[in-house]
Amino acid sequence: MEFTEIIARVDQLAPGAFAPAEEGAGHVWVQPEQWLKVAQLLREDPELHFDSLMCLSGHDRGPEQPLWVAYNLHSMDILHKLEVRIEALREGGSIFSVANIWRTADWHEREVYDLFGINFEGHPDMRRILLPVDWEGHPLLKDYTAPDYYRGIPVLKDKRGWE
Amino acid sequence: MDMSLVNSFDRDNILVARVDDFLNWARASSTWYFQFGLACCAIEMIAAAQPRHDLERFGAMPRASPRQADVIIVSGTVTMTMATRIKRLYDQMAEPKYIISMGSCSNSGGPYWQHGYHVLKGVDLIVPVDIYVPGCPPRPEALIDGLLALHKKIREDTPLRKVS
Repeated sequence: MEFTEIIARVDQLAPGAFAPAEEGAGHVWVQPEQWLKVAQLLREDPELHFDSLMCLSGHDRGPEQPLWVAYNLHSMDILHKLEVRIEALREGGSIFSVANIWRTADWHEREVYDLFGINFEGHPDMRRILLPVDWEGHPLLKDYTAPDYYRGIPVLKDKRGWE
Repeated sequence: MDMSLVNSFDRDNILVARVDDFLNWARASSTWYFQFGLACCAIEMIAAAQPRHDLERFGAMPRASPRQADVIIVSGTVTMTMATRIKRLYDQMAEPKYIISMGSCSNSGGPYWQHGYHVLKGVDLIVPVDIYVPGCPPRPEALIDGLLALHKKIREDTPLRKVS
């Protein structure tokens, strides 16, 4: 199915879940409170049947704006693709977890939590995945500044006078 | 029966040597290394252990436990998560212990030397390094050279005497 057809199908099954798609954008924004229902639908509807979550990534546009998470879906039998995006608040942002719908999401959601600090509600094991458990802050945020020390180890080398 | 010293050496296969030299010879001849392969340098370390380069002809044998090893070869990018573990494993080794830092990453942070909150800027920030092997990654020959440099260092050691 083409992009517009997929949108039309979802609008028919779950009206109001998708924000009106921008012309030529290639992605669609989902209302956060509808996400769990829409994800279930995308996975199980025989005409959509997105059985593969190819990627899940966090985005940050800068300190003044909310974060977002992009989900790249693919159907391995119908061979169509869709990118859906969900906004999350910068401070204490939370999105429903889809780890029980696509198993791929399990570690990817942990990575987004680790690097952006977005909490995924209902995730079976919401911990940091890459950084040490006692690390402070979420490094991929634009307004992140690295700490001077981690457990007494200098994090960034002082290179004043080197250049 | 002739009991002179020279004949005693001859008969009983006695050798005379300094104890320091003997201990150093034994130590340098069996530098079992704790393999700490962390990134691409590990591939070169593995290649050095394979038959073509054959690290074992220098008495270096890979061990998977710090308790059986004399030297750690830290080969690769040391992340902050791994840094605390290296320290812990180093502390578990029995004296005398040595460290070979292999490759730019563990020498100085490598490509992450300036930026990168997650990479330790040189493994010498947490443990004392004896030999630095430069390269990105170093070829197996370079690692062998580093190992021989360590052998030289061990042979010059005086384990039974206090160095004034």
